[in-house]
Amino acid sequence: MAAERTGPTGRAAGTAAGAAPGTPPGTAAAALAEQSRIHNIGYRSYDGPRLGRGYATRSLYSQSLRGAYGLGRSAKSKVLPMVLFVAMIAPALILVAVTVATKAKDLPLDYTRYAIVLQAVIGLYLAAQAPQSVSRDLRFKTVPLYFSRPIEHGDYVRAKYAAMASALLILTAAPLLVLYVGALLAKLDFADQTKGFLQGLVSVALLSLLFAGIGLVISAITPRRGFGIAAVIAVMTISYGAVSTVQAIAYTQDSHAAVGWLGLFSPITLIDGVQSAFLGATSAFPGAPDLSAGLGTVYLLVVLGLIAGSYGLLIRRYRKVGL
Amino acid sequence: MIATESLSKRFPRVTALDRLSVDIGPGVTGLVGANGAGKSTLIKILLGLSPASEGRAEVLGLDVATKGSTIRERVGYMPEHDCLPPDVSATEFVVHMARMSGLPPTSARERTADTLRHVGLYEERYRPIGGYSTGMKQRVKLAQALVHDPELVFLDEPTNGLDPVGRDDMLGLIRRVHTDFGISVLVTSHLLGELERTCDHVVVVDGGKLLRSSATTDFTQTTTTLAVEVTDTDEHPDGTAALRDELAARGIGTESGSGLPGAGHVLLLTADGEETYDVVRDAVADLGLGLVRMEQRRHQIAEVFRVEESGGTRPGDGTAPTGRPAAGASPSQPDPQKKEEARNGG
Repeated sequence: MAAERTGPTGRAAGTAAGAAPGTPPGTAAAALAEQSRIHNIGYRSYDGPRLGRGYATRSLYSQSLRGAYGLGRSAKSKVLPMVLFVAMIAPALILVAVTVATKAKDLPLDYTRYAIVLQAVIGLYLAAQAPQSVSRDLRFKTVPLYFSRPIEHGDYVRAKYAAMASALLILTAAPLLVLYVGALLAKLDFADQTKGFLQGLVSVALLSLLFAGIGLVISAITPRRGFGIAAVIAVMTISYGAVSTVQAIAYTQDSHAAVGWLGLFSPITLIDGVQSAFLGATSAFPGAPDLSAGLGTVYLLVVLGLIAGSYGLLIRRYRKVGL
Repeated sequence: MIATESLSKRFPRVTALDRLSVDIGPGVTGLVGANGAGKSTLIKILLGLSPASEGRAEVLGLDVATKGSTIRERVGYMPEHDCLPPDVSATEFVVHMARMSGLPPTSARERTADTLRHVGLYEERYRPIGGYSTGMKQRVKLAQALVHDPELVFLDEPTNGLDPVGRDDMLGLIRRVHTDFGISVLVTSHLLGELERTCDHVVVVDGGKLLRSSATTDFTQTTTTLAVEVTDTDEHPDGTAALRDELAARGIGTESGSGLPGAGHVLLLTADGEETYDVVRDAVADLGLGLVRMEQRRHQIAEVFRVEESGGTRPGDGTAPTGRPAAGASPSQPDPQKKEEARNGG
């Protein structure tokens, strides 16, 4: 493989080696030996296993998931996710403490309701971490580098989506777990609590998928992290603010049917609608209406459609990002 | 290593590659062309990331259209553009890229330490990349392309943005990638002269067409040119002129080597064999001059273009055209702009 090349370099090297006048040959040899020992850390080739595309995708997933909590990154980037995580857990601890102290018959807050009440924290977390996950790769042009590895465009999107959804699931399911363990410690009814807990888990799983999709699609549009953060906050809070305001107006005008339909226009009210229709939750909508099964199905279809749509948009977005 | 067969890539408004057929063997191969000549498009196709409009290509014996993922596992790629996140250290970044190539965590860490040392990054590898110089960043980019010990590595304009010393270091490193690491290299550049020092083989593309593909030795090793520089003495205030006259008297024609470093103080002459060295040595000794240097000077690839440009006539710098490929040997004439660039690089 090595093509022999004699040229100016070879000749020059010969001259240099010969040009050591006055040095006894022994010393020169010793010096050469020492030199060769110091530099004898030659290239070692790798013949171990190559774990391929699936492993690479999983590596990207775990790196992104760790990154979403600032692990493996600078100390500064750990602050916000950790603060938000604590902010998410703290109310659950307080609720458990209250339940145990007052020997209440039930938790003061439903499992399914928890994420709805703390939606601002979830929104903030998403706004901070979704751009972190994808905008940086776009901004610093690391994406093309990933695609020069065994993974395909779809693998990148799936790894990033799964990592973001998992990070949100950890954020939203951890307090539910605290509530559940607390409820069992307070000797509340096991069957009741388990059912509530599982319903809560399904709800936050759906929420994580939906939020992750929306957050990533918005962040993937811009390589600027700041714009990403602002856009995610805007979409999450403005849509919720608008929907709940209009819902309140509709409620005072006695258009109760409109209240249900209006909930379709913001991510968090979508989750609220789905869980009050199928997961035994009480809706946080004004007047806490019972959604009909038909409307509940519409909610579920919209949520699933949004998740699938976000995924599709991300795939399309990354197909365009070449080398 | 790489074989393409009438490979074409057409975009709606532009043809990036036009029936390119080329066969590239092991070793260091230079891919030369002006900006927009189709170099990057070719690399994209070879990595299996962009389908060819027609024709086929194989890398390491694998079809790029169907085996892209396998190819990318065994091939390294160093992009032309900046691709490094500033807030992580070189070690973290390269470990991550090693895992993205399929290396298990422990091996990824070992290989990263090894590779960063080989490209010349030591203590600074623990610092965030944001604080690195351009030269250090280029080394990190090279390290991530080599970390999984590929069989072949694509280097896209690796000397871009480097100062002359950094350029030389990088070219030396590229040479070592092949000689010491045993990894074949495809390196692109728009500077012909730069590749001439590094490559075994040079492929010239222009407008998506193959202009020329031949061993660097074909370009350059037809005759040996010697560059001689001497001191001036009291007896001979202009030592160079004195030597020129002396050599002329001994039957050796010289040129002044205009356009080269030290012009006016350097004599270029053609060495026909070992005896030429002796004649020069004796001439210098007889004149009582100090011999500063006498070195082989490889012909610049750019000269080949100059020959073709002037219709195969003897080029201005006095190198003999004997054994030189005739002008008609190349499929078409390179465009003037590229020749200009090639000369600048030489």
